[in-house]
Order: sequence, then C-alpha cells, then structure tokens
Amino acid sequence: MLWGVVQFPGSCDERDALHACELSGEARLIWHEERDLGGIDAVVVPGGFSYGDYLRAGAIARFSPAMEAVTEFAAAGGPVLGICNGFQVLCETGLLPGALLVNEGLRFACRQVELLVERFSPPAGGKSFNLAGEPLSIPAKHGEGRYWAPEEMLDALEANGQVAFRYAPGQNPNGSARDIAGVRNEAGNVLGLMPHPEHAVDAMTGSTDGLQIFDAVAGARV
Amino acid sequence: MTAPATDSSPHRELGLTDAEYDLIVEKLGREPNGVELAMFSLLWSEHCAYKHSRKLLRRLPTEGERVVMGPGENAGAVDVGEGYAIAFKVESHNHPSAVEPFQGAATGVGGILRDVFALGARPIAILDSLRFGELDSVRSRHLLDGAVRGIGHYGNSIGVPTVGGEIYFEEPYEHNCLVNAMCVGVARQSEMVRAAAAGVGNAVVLMGASTGRDGIGGASVLASAELGDGDHAKRPTVQIGDPFEESKLLECCLELLAKGLLVSLQDLGAAGLTSSAGEMASAGRVGIEIDVARVPLREADMEPFEIMVSESQERMLGVVKPARVAEVIAVCEKWQTGAAEIGTVTDNGLVRVLRDGEVVGEMPVEALVDGCPLYDLEPAEPEGWIYGNEDVLAARVAAAAGADADPAAPESALLALLASPSVASKRWAFEQYDSIVGSRTARRPESADAAVLAIPEADSAIAISIDGNGRRVACDPYSGTVEAVLECAQNLACAGAEPLGLTNCLNFGNPEKPVPAWQLDRSVQGLADACEALGVPVVGGNVSLYNEGSEGPIYPTPVVGMVGELPDPNLAAPSGFAREGDAIALLGPFEPSLQGSELAKLRGELDAGLSQPDVAAVARACATVREGVRSGKIASAHDVSDGGLACALAECAIGAGLGCQVDLQHLRERGCSPEEALFGEGSGGFLLSGEREKLEALAGDGVEVLLLGKVSGDAIEVAAGDRSLSLGLDVAGSAWRSLGPQAEADGA
Repeated sequence: MLWGVVQFPGSCDERDALHACELSGEARLIWHEERDLGGIDAVVVPGGFSYGDYLRAGAIARFSPAMEAVTEFAAAGGPVLGICNGFQVLCETGLLPGALLVNEGLRFACRQVELLVERFSPPAGGKSFNLAGEPLSIPAKHGEGRYWAPEEMLDALEANGQVAFRYAPGQNPNGSARDIAGVRNEAGNVLGLMPHPEHAVDAMTGSTDGLQIFDAVAGARV
Repeated sequence: MTAPATDSSPHRELGLTDAEYDLIVEKLGREPNGVELAMFSLLWSEHCAYKHSRKLLRRLPTEGERVVMGPGENAGAVDVGEGYAIAFKVESHNHPSAVEPFQGAATGVGGILRDVFALGARPIAILDSLRFGELDSVRSRHLLDGAVRGIGHYGNSIGVPTVGGEIYFEEPYEHNCLVNAMCVGVARQSEMVRAAAAGVGNAVVLMGASTGRDGIGGASVLASAELGDGDHAKRPTVQIGDPFEESKLLECCLELLAKGLLVSLQDLGAAGLTSSAGEMASAGRVGIEIDVARVPLREADMEPFEIMVSESQERMLGVVKPARVAEVIAVCEKWQTGAAEIGTVTDNGLVRVLRDGEVVGEMPVEALVDGCPLYDLEPAEPEGWIYGNEDVLAARVAAAAGADADPAAPESALLALLASPSVASKRWAFEQYDSIVGSRTARRPESADAAVLAIPEADSAIAISIDGNGRRVACDPYSGTVEAVLECAQNLACAGAEPLGLTNCLNFGNPEKPVPAWQLDRSVQGLADACEALGVPVVGGNVSLYNEGSEGPIYPTPVVGMVGELPDPNLAAPSGFAREGDAIALLGPFEPSLQGSELAKLRGELDAGLSQPDVAAVARACATVREGVRSGKIASAHDVSDGGLACALAECAIGAGLGCQVDLQHLRERGCSPEEALFGEGSGGFLLSGEREKLEALAGDGVEVLLLGKVSGDAIEVAAGDRSLSLGLDVAGSAWRSLGPQAEADGA
C-alpha cells in the first residue's frame, strides 16, 4: 500500500496525514507541481490553508498540476480522501458535490466531535468505503466548514447513500446542512470530510478512531 | 554646532533626546544625514537598545548545563537530548494591538515565529498572554475579539498549534492592552545557526516578502512612547500580517538550513533592515553593506530611509557564501518566496547604505548598535496603592447568581469569582485556535495545568506554561514576580515536568517616571532571585516599556514563560478530578491571604503589600508533586491560584463532571479565617486527588499534605465554619463557562 499526500504551499496537516498513512503502509508527499502520481494506491488531499486560502478555501489549489493528476486518478477509480482543506479542494475541483461555507458562528472552531457513520448500499459496480458504523470521536478545526448544497441535491445525496458522516446531535460545530460532516462521490471512491482523522490515530493525542477511516480508504483501492 | 533644538527638531520627533543627538554627532564626527538619523533613532529606541532596562537585566541568571543558546540570540534554546534542542521566546506586541488588535496580534505571532525559525527550529507551539480592561467596556470587548481572531488567523493558517495561554481583565489595561506571544520550536542542534554575520565577502540575501511602507517607525513611534489620544492616526505604523507568505518562508528557511546553505540567519522585526543588518554585523564584529536599490519594493518610489526602517512582515536576512547564492535562490524559488542579494559582509566595521552604488549613509556598527547610552533608573516607592479600587461584588453577584442572591453568602462569592472573566474558563478563546496540528499535543488547553507536547525526535516530552498576574505584582513587584515564576514551576510540576529554562516579557510603564522605575527594579530582582533559587536559567526575553495612557501606567506585568521536560507525555496528570471516591489533598506551603486576591479586587479592597513566598519550600513541593505525578501516585493535580482553594476545587470538579466534599478545618487550624481558607491566594498550594494512602505517603522532606475530603456527588460542598458552602456542578459550571456570552455582549 503506497499513499500519496498532496502538499500545496500553505498546507498545514500534510506531515500529520503522512504519519497517519504510514501506520497502514508507505507514504510520500506529492508536491503540488507534480503531474505524475507515480504508482500510488490512494491519495490524501490534506488540511491547511492552500495558497493562503485568501480567495475562497481551495479555489486556487484546484488548478494545480497535482490536482489535475488526482482528478484523473479518481476517474480511474483510485481512492481519494480529502480532509478539511482537502475536502474544500475536492468540492472546488468538482470531484465531490456541494460547497463549504464560512462557519455559522463566523469563528474558527477547534473541538473534538462525535461523528455518526452512515450506513449505505453502494450502487451496483461502484466501489465503496467500508466502515463499521460505530460513532467516531475525531477533532474538527476549521473556519469554513459549513456544508451546503441545494435542497434537491441534499435529497439526492441522501437517497444515493452519499452522505458519509454526520455530526452527532448537538455537535455540529459550523451549521452544516443536515449535520453533514462528510460526503462521497457517486461511484464511492472519493471521500471528503471536515474533521481530521489524521489527528485521531494515537491515544496520546486523544483518540484512535481516525484509523478506521484510513483503513476504509485503503480497503477501497482497485 | 547645532541650532537650538525645538520640539519640531527632527531628532525629537523621532524620539531622541538632545543629549543623545549630541552623542551621535560626536560619534560620527558630523551631523547625521536623514537616513542615518532615522536608523539611529530606531536602534537607540527603548525597544531596540533596552536603554532603561539593560543594566537591570544583568541581574538575571542566564547559565545552566542545559542552555544551548542564551540571551542575545533570536531566541533561547535548551538541550532535550538525542542532539535536539527546544528553542523558545516570548515577545510583546502591545502598542500595535492597542491601535489595531487583529493585525497587531497577528503580526505579534508572526514575529515570534520568525525569531524561533531563525535559529533553525521548527515552531511547534504558540502560547499567548493577553491583558485587557474590564469586559464591561465596549473597547475591551473589541480588543479581545480582535486579538483572539488575529492570533487564530496567523497561527491557524501557518499550521503551528496554539496550545496555551492566559487572559486577565483589569481596569489599568483599558487604554493599553497587552498582547504577548510565545513560540516554542524544536531543532536538530547540528542545524542551528546564530544571528552573527561572518565571513568577509559573503553575500547578504534578503528573503521573503517585498518591502513596503507599512510599519515605518513602529519601534520608535509605537513601542517606545506612551499611548495617547489620536492614536488612530498611528494606524499606518501597524504592520499587516500574511501567514501564507510566512508559511512559505518558514519551510524555505528550514530547507536552506537543513542543506547547510546559510552561514547565519536573522529575522526582520522592529526597525526592519536597520536592526537586523546592524545586529548581525555587531554580533559578528564585522561590517555590512546594503544597496537599497536591490531590495524588492512594493512601491517604486520609496526613499532609502524608508527601505531601511520599513517593518514589512515576513522577511528574513541570511548570510550566504558567494558560491552558494544560486542554490539559495533556487530553494527560495521552489517555495515561491522572494530572494535578493542586497549586500555583502565587510571588514570595515561600518554599516554602509548605498543606493545604486552611491553611499547614502555610513555609520560605525559600534556607534549604531552598541553606542546608545544606558540609563540608570531613578526609582521611588509609592506610598500605598496607586491604582483604582471599586466595589463591584454586589453587581457581579447579581450578574452571576441572579438579582435575588445574597451578596454576603459564600455561594454568591464563589459564583461571582467563577464568572469573573479573569477566572472563568477561556474555552471561548482557545476553541478559536488550532491546538492540535503537528500531532504533538498530548494535553489540550484546560485539560492539564501546563501544555504538554511530545518530542518523539528525542524520545521525550515538554510541558509549557505562561503566567504573570499583574495585579499581584502591583501589590508588591518583588513578591508578585516571584509568584509568577513559582506559578509556572507549579504548573509544570502538575504535568510531571522539571523546568529547563525560562523566557520573560517585562511589560511596564514609563521607566523615566519614578514609580514604574521602582516597579521594574523590584520585579527584575524578584525574577532573578526566584530563578536563582529554582536553578532555572533565563534564556531570552523582551522588554516592553511605556505601557501607559493618560490614566497612568498599567499594572506592572512580568510575563513568565517556562519550558520543562518529562520522560513521557502520557504521564502528565489532568487538572480535573479523575475518579469518584478518590481522596482530595492539599500539598505544599500554602498560606492563603486575601491580599491582592480576586475577591479583594471585587470588593474594592486592594492595597499595597503581599507576603513573600518561601521559594525553597515551594521548590520542594514541586519536586514531590513532579515525582508523584510521574509515578502515578497522583491522579489529578492543579495549582491553587486565582480565586483561591474554592475556585481551584470548582475548576477540578467542573472540568471532570465530578463533585467533591471537603472540609477546610486543617487550614483553619493553621490560623486561616474561613474566608481566607476559601478564597485566599498565595504560592505553593497543590490541589491533588488520588488514592488516600498514596497521597498521604507524599508527605515528608518538609512537605506537608493535608487531606481535605473526597471526590463525590454532583455538587461542590465545602465545610468552612460559618462560611460553609454547597453549590451544584451545573450552576457552578454555567458561571465558569460564561466568558463567551460576556465577550460577545455586543452580539459580535
């Protein structure tokens, strides 16, 4: 298992993601100017403030050569995990539906949250992440994490089983629509979420529940 | 020689005295030109020259076995083993934050980060020490909100966790808030560099952002004079922060150092190129030549003096061997950060400023950097309490406990104290900061008395604390400062850590006035004596003077940052109670008194005077607690601080969601009144929980352990004679968690 972790100027959590990936295989950083992903099995688009995020989170990163390569990788069925800023980048790129808006409270929020794992049946022939279904304790930390999509799209996402994670009741830190914390693409091989599973891989820092998400992504590779 | 000076004389407008100007003329052998005068005015400012504090700072102990770098470098550093060092420093950005809190605080964080990575250390933690006026003031709420957002904006974006800090609200900071930021970094010792320029003929390379007109005169205009009316006009002297630029610059500098491409490195902070070039030359005993025409500019028509004094952020100055310049520029290009060769290291002992090869300023390094006269203070002890006193207890009780509450009841006092913004939980603030990026944070804010970070490189861990209660220093500058050092040491002990080194930021009023001079003198002596007694070296620091407005000086506020080590981050004890049924004990030489306490403040009963702590006894208690935490005999540990034992008990109970039943009879047998036992403050008290036999076994070696009661139920029940109290955890908790609603009273 070889993981690739994309690194943009302004990425913050890429070393944390690299470390988490190394717990279930080998991992290397992919510099944002790289166009060739070179035989990796799964991609993580990590958290941070790519290119400063002064315009709109992820709006510039989507144009990087590395994201062109990631888009092709995803189209070929490769597993892609976007975390926080990476989730924002995947939405900007169009690999995932919806958008992330400024938190309802207008402030950055860093806190441990309970995530409910949605059960779903993957569409016929589609690959899917396999998670046990127990609630996960994972930290969230962001200023632009309010998941938004038009009502019809939200209905469709729920009908398709594309809602991957919801914040447990009362724990939604940002005002996300329908408490959505993470979504999948239709095929099921691209997953994005605002909370940080790479910061929940060691009991010393608070939780190991994030390991399940990395394992699930690893399990979805071609 | 010169025409009689008037207030509009250029040197006076730049903050130099007539005598200082005459000395410059004497040292140059001529009148300085405009470029030279601008450069002298900055390097001879209090902010850069420490002219009113340097003599006092010589009292501080700076040496120790573990010291890798001491004062004089960009930051201090201590050895943590396996070839690694921990670098750290605290610095103020008070006046910029008073003028524009968001950018002032943001660039304060940016500046202290640069100080740490200038050594070759990767920043791994930020802590902040903030002071504002009382929260019922609109201005204080505006400053708090702006400063917290600014710290978050910079620290969150650059990916360095903000792991701790403190905030106090006191009237004397109303017109002069304090924003002190501390950064901690980890470095491979073999890759660390000093700031001294070396190697005649080497290139001087300016890296990072281009240079603009922002922040011109910040060090002299803002940082070295009192704040006054019309300070909004000084807003252009506040710098604008760009954490993305700094993030690239940080990674770029660390890559350059790891590749061995830099001879030395210095950040550009106050006084910009002038101070960084001057100080690098001075430290290396060489000269330096800079051609301002080669400096990348934001505005083409900048004058040489503007380029030399600009405080544009996110810039670093490196000395590079000529053969390696191309490699340095290639790394900078990879990180999309600017790089320009702007000068050379010379052997003539001069700072020479050129524009397109033509000399526009030339000064001996010695005169410019080290020539500023150092002044003796003229301290005078004031008679009694010089700050205000207002009885707000009834109003605070009504706000915290309801209009029907009896202000005389001990429950009411406890609720008012818990809701007091200085005592209340700071969760509202620290949840706006990323406290976990980097995967080192073993104890998040408020979960333990000190921040705890893993240092896997050295198979070790560190604990960090920052403290300084200005009100108590105002009561007695000597004892109050000793207490600040002891509080840090106690916080580290609760985490199971042993102190390695200390940094400090001395925030005081105008040193040219007798009372602030006396406060500064006594405080530095307290700092020196406490550090000496604890065996903790001072490895760096910062002085911020002239913190006063038209209403007078701030509370004298020495902020102490301490770093300690522990063998394993998992050993650190939580602050809150751990288990129902555990025994609760008070350990240490705690002699509570209402002098200078939070309760005395609410009652308007503040007065000069504070009893002197027994440093040796506190040190023994710290050692006992440290060992007890490491060996697992202590299940939770919290130092007794603001609001006394009652508030400490409430904090331990609320944090854990576990009540307590205690009896303060033992303290009363020591001669305390019930009220002193409940709400009295002082150094040396540890509130511990754990198995009864294990806690009792901690006594000995001159360390006393008093069993107070047990962890039980869902209320805080304290027997204290006629002041006994009982308060439900939910009621106490909502008072303690009321900072957010108070801070956002404007609907912000």
